[in-house]
Amino acid sequence: MKQILLLITLAAALAACTEQTQTINNAKRPDAAAFQGTGTPFAAPGWKPGDRISWEQHLKTRTQNGQNDYAKVN
Amino acid sequence: MARMKFVCDAERCIECNSCVTACKNEHEVPWGVNRRRVVTLNDGIPGERSISVACMHCSDAPCMAVCPVNCFYRSEEGVVLHDKDVCIGCGYCSYACPFGAPQFPASGHFGVRGKMDKCTFCAGGPEANGSQAEFEKYGRNRLAEGKLPACAEMCSTKALLGGDGDVIADIFRNRVLKRGKGAEVWGWGTAYGSKQAGQPGGAKS
Repeated sequence: MKQILLLITLAAALAACTEQTQTINNAKRPDAAAFQGTGTPFAAPGWKPGDRISWEQHLKTRTQNGQNDYAKVN
Repeated sequence: MARMKFVCDAERCIECNSCVTACKNEHEVPWGVNRRRVVTLNDGIPGERSISVACMHCSDAPCMAVCPVNCFYRSEEGVVLHDKDVCIGCGYCSYACPFGAPQFPASGHFGVRGKMDKCTFCAGGPEANGSQAEFEKYGRNRLAEGKLPACAEMCSTKALLGGDGDVIADIFRNRVLKRGKGAEVWGWGTAYGSKQAGQPGGAKS
């Protein structure tokens, strides 16, 4: 009886020493390419979502129009 | 293929902070986190210059090298992004970054350091493009909307250029030729290599 009581006490005392298994999610998810578009109505007009060439050309044109003030006629 | 880069023209920056405001507004960045900020060099000394600083999306990004959980990845356009579901908020990237780009929001009641947050070149993260989950974690994905970073597009003096590296380098080169000075691009050598755009060979900027 005494041994059983000791075992139960030991089991209860050592239960606190157990540790929950921790797993880290280090599997990075693949990111969709930007030229695929968002499918939302907020996209800028002038390019075709899913077409890399048109997306790249659109961004180049947008850069020139929006950020190259020497290209503007003021 | 486009290779996205930032250039800040210190000759033009007037320290108006519109880039900072545009970024915070576009991405609804929380208090205490500034993905972009304006820094004044040689403050108070005649000839002082201001520059707008954020993640430069380095060619050989030190943050990627030191991350113990490998949460960083590079998009096809060369934009350095990270997965907040993988980030453990250790802060190593913050120590490694020469631009002070990684930011850590205080979260919870005791101000516990949260997941790292930084400029995404307005390219979101690994969540579905344009989704609410992507917006809440990383901000708006303007690149996937066919737009350029809000900071560069909102810059009042066009000091901050952002976009395809070849295109913005051409714009900057043309400016320097026209005005005949100010070829130094702060941070360009550190981020993309030392032999570009007016950087003296082998020197850090």
